[in-house]
Amino acid sequence: MNTIAGPSPVGLSRRGLLISMTAAGAAFTLTSPTDAATGVYEPTIWYSIDRSGAVTVHIIRAEMGQHVGTAIARIVADELEADWAKVKIDHVDSDPRWGLMVTGGSWSVWQSYPLYSQAAAAGRIALVEAGAKALGVPAASCVARDGAIVAGAKSISYGDIVARGGLPSGYTAEALAKMPVKDATQRRLVGRPVIARDIPAKTNGQGLYGLDAKVPGMVYARPRLPPTRYGASVTAIDESEARKIPGYLRAIALDDPSGTAPGVVMVYAESFVAADRAAEALKVTWKPGDTATVSEADLQARARTLIADKAGGGLVVDDPGVDAAFAAAGTTLERTYTTATALHFQLEPVNALAFEKDGVFEIHTGNQWQSLVLPWLAKALGRDEKTIVLRTYLLGGGFGRRLNGDYAVVAALASKAIGGKPVKVVWTRPDDTRFDSPRSPSVQVVRAALGAGGRITAMDHACCAGWPTQAMAPFFMPNGKNGVAYDPFAISGADHWYNVGAQRVRAIRNDLANRAFRPGWLRSVGPGFTNWAVECFMDEAALAAKADPVAFRLKMLDARGRNAGSSPNAVGGAARQAAVLRRLASKAGWGGALPKNTGLGVATTFGQERDMPTWVACAARVAVDSATGAVKVEKLTLVVDCGIVVDPDGALAQMEGAALWGLSLALKEGSAFEGGQPRDLNLDGYTPLRMSDVPDLDIEFVKSDHVPVGLGEPATTVVGPAIGNAIFNAVGARVRDLPIRPDAVKAALPA
Amino acid sequence: MTQFRLNGRSVTLTTPDDTPLLWAIRDEVGLTGTKFGCGIGACGACTVHVDGQAVRSCVTPVGSMAGLSVTTIEGLDPAGRHPVQQAWIETQAPQCGYCQSGQIMQAAALLKETPAPTDDQIVAAMEGNLCRCMAYVRIKRAIKLAASRTSAGRTSARQGAKA
Repeated sequence: MNTIAGPSPVGLSRRGLLISMTAAGAAFTLTSPTDAATGVYEPTIWYSIDRSGAVTVHIIRAEMGQHVGTAIARIVADELEADWAKVKIDHVDSDPRWGLMVTGGSWSVWQSYPLYSQAAAAGRIALVEAGAKALGVPAASCVARDGAIVAGAKSISYGDIVARGGLPSGYTAEALAKMPVKDATQRRLVGRPVIARDIPAKTNGQGLYGLDAKVPGMVYARPRLPPTRYGASVTAIDESEARKIPGYLRAIALDDPSGTAPGVVMVYAESFVAADRAAEALKVTWKPGDTATVSEADLQARARTLIADKAGGGLVVDDPGVDAAFAAAGTTLERTYTTATALHFQLEPVNALAFEKDGVFEIHTGNQWQSLVLPWLAKALGRDEKTIVLRTYLLGGGFGRRLNGDYAVVAALASKAIGGKPVKVVWTRPDDTRFDSPRSPSVQVVRAALGAGGRITAMDHACCAGWPTQAMAPFFMPNGKNGVAYDPFAISGADHWYNVGAQRVRAIRNDLANRAFRPGWLRSVGPGFTNWAVECFMDEAALAAKADPVAFRLKMLDARGRNAGSSPNAVGGAARQAAVLRRLASKAGWGGALPKNTGLGVATTFGQERDMPTWVACAARVAVDSATGAVKVEKLTLVVDCGIVVDPDGALAQMEGAALWGLSLALKEGSAFEGGQPRDLNLDGYTPLRMSDVPDLDIEFVKSDHVPVGLGEPATTVVGPAIGNAIFNAVGARVRDLPIRPDAVKAALPA
Repeated sequence: MTQFRLNGRSVTLTTPDDTPLLWAIRDEVGLTGTKFGCGIGACGACTVHVDGQAVRSCVTPVGSMAGLSVTTIEGLDPAGRHPVQQAWIETQAPQCGYCQSGQIMQAAALLKETPAPTDDQIVAAMEGNLCRCMAYVRIKRAIKLAASRTSAGRTSARQGAKA
């Protein structure tokens, strides 16, 4: 998997790159003959069938609450016509044969659907032919159903066919791509309710998370983290107080050749509690890096300065005529929006168990992007990637935190420092927060030129934030129209599907943010803040144009030009976004009468990325206390078109959780940097949404036979701006800073 | 050294008295269903029952358990089929699942005390349990489902006794 560490091949889009890497990873292991000894039939690497008829589906995606194994296994089972009761899910360890291992971007179902359904179609066809032969009938008279081949009154089970052997394998990628996949009307499992396979073990304490990993003889350790994320070095360690803690073993300043986590001191002990207490007692002196005084205000100020330099950043969209349209416009509108530092706060603090055994370095941990961390581990440990394996566990929350496997590097170094002996490294909650890769604060300046009839004739959007992709996966950065590389995840959303005439979108890296911390991918990444700007701005522009915000948007969602959409992922383009918005307006009672100080606000987005749009719209109904500025969200209505819904209940769960994430980020979360560190380290200061804050939720899926896209994140992107717009509609207060604080609402109330 | 009952069995732990019960259960006894989230009793992932009451084990010293009876998620029901656990499965409440041992223990304690809780009583009891996946809609639904069954069970039992 060294291929992913190399530069992006010229001319390949980021997504194209992703797909080609997946295919390349699979290509050299497509031939998987039936193993005569074990009697297991592997038509492709993605699943196998044994002599009992049990189908084992290999899942390369991390299970972090999305029931991804169930979603993918049922794609296989449906296409293979397997007996669902005999389908097993196997979350695999890292291995080059799986190709790119990453779970994020709401990509899993979208990427897996063609791959697994084609592989399953190959198996089904092979089983039909072999089954027909065994039954002595023509294949055309056979039907595959519930794990058996049936011809009239005769039938033979998949297990028995496998036991007879002689099944074909060794399909080429080209052959698989041509496999006839079942028609939508023939689906028996996709789209039907089933109990997710991972759930029972999550109700009885049996599910194993990274924190639960153990091996005999392991010691425990807690890291002492440096005062700055980068650039700090240890100058002195005083163990005198730590030695008084029973069970304390030693402290070691780790040397990290990969530069992933410099300046960490590891505190070893016989139990976690002893390591925790010894870490508190240990006196460490660091020479801090040059970001030791950086504050939230510094980060925002730097962003404003960078935006003001019109030549800076990568041009994501650069239509001709933007400046001319502004010069010619009768009315122009300019607004600035900000979002504050936000934490992942996945409930399981990062942790990993690491050791060397039989020449292989094993890291036991939950992780979302094994292919990204393996090269870091290789560099940190000074060994070949082929001798490192990541063992897979459940993730106690991902949300993008575990795309960044920096904690695995620290644990591996902790083991290496004691000769490869097993060590379980656990971050406490404050450690986890300080070591988080938070969502960067952002500043965005949005401008529009308004022409005749209040129509937008040009739009200019500049967004400055810390760039996670540059910090951790720079090979994923495409070049802008001006040749300047940019982080696509940190700007996606600004390249919306509205027809606004001449458009310019500029992505600017906040260099101070990238120096002061390790910016992270947080659930939906850029769309979580770009849409705060785009969708609040659309309401502000509608106001300036004296237009209804829904009608204003619909007029621009005309599906013309580059917004017409394309096959297979974005069929219909902006017309589908317009359809969800229309349905939402009707469902939520847009335009109806509401009590005093109560308002309805809308927002609509395309989810994650133009390449795989999930069309979503939200209406928030809020009540505002005009005396205090307090906002209560009473109801969220959402309409979504994600193409085929593979797992209806799981899809609804993702929408529910993502919508509440959007609400939490809009009203409850948001921290600040102080002295080069996140200010709020635990739940006494950082306050994600609790049960009492949950509003009524009304979520509708548009029935669709289009390609299934992603659902883990889209709902997070619409809720914040819908709330902001609802506050304005309730009391006339326009807020432009996320999270929305009561003081800000109060201050924005009209006099 | 502390002696107490854990999931119905007597245990004697040599871990220092001031060790949090959470880590004694996880690392000394080896039952890992009880989770570590915040370490300050504010997330509820570490919730266990002590003499039937929901307690945050991360801020409870093991020494204070002497003579008491502790139940963890593993001991709530021998087959993992407590009505709350069944309702959790049927409503597909868990997402990542990490907080759910604590949520289930908290809900089971609530229903023992208040078999037919109102919405407000559910929220009041569950407010201290953070679900970062924000599966709150289903957690609430699962509690109501479990409550409807247990109170229905009691009602039919009462009716049976009358007959």
